[in-house]
Amino acid sequence: MPNHTLTRSDLCDTLCKKLDVSRQQTVNLVESLLQEIANALVKEGHVKISSFGTFHIRKKSERIGRNPKTGKEVMITPRKSLSFRASHLLKESVNKRI
Amino acid sequence: MTRSELVQKINKLNPGITSQQAEEAVTLIFERIVETLAKGGRVELRGFGVFTVRRREARTGRNPRTGDSVKVKGKNVPFFKAGKLLRDQINAR
Repeated sequence: MPNHTLTRSDLCDTLCKKLDVSRQQTVNLVESLLQEIANALVKEGHVKISSFGTFHIRKKSERIGRNPKTGKEVMITPRKSLSFRASHLLKESVNKRI
Repeated sequence: MTRSELVQKINKLNPGITSQQAEEAVTLIFERIVETLAKGGRVELRGFGVFTVRRREARTGRNPRTGDSVKVKGKNVPFFKAGKLLRDQINAR
């Protein structure tokens, strides 16, 4: 399967194999990692993982949009979006096998 | 937050494991994601987001300073799209 999608359970399998911990502990580890990244983003707005990349929140200001179906102009409320900047290492890795 | 702060948090939240195991777990998780993307695969973490690789085709660019046209090679770029739950958490309040 060349284009297999990696999921939480694959990450748990890896941890199970390489660390001496129970299956339930691997589930907790993966979940706490994701949850802590989310919490830090909400609190501080950025999370930097060396040799992986940086997640940061961008603030978008209010703007006028158009409903494509009706053509009516509507105000789009200010919101935050999350962007990810990959590290050089990650950028290089995805270009190794072209 | 940095990687080492993340390790500390995870260590606190998982009393059954040592700080070394927490450190290794973080390394293993990100390594596994990088490996998958390197193979052209995708990583789907429901509620959090999806990591994929997007293709940028070769194009003729321009040196903005001199105006010379230059060939830019095609490349792959890592891409992350936040999941709905994470987007909602960020936009709460």
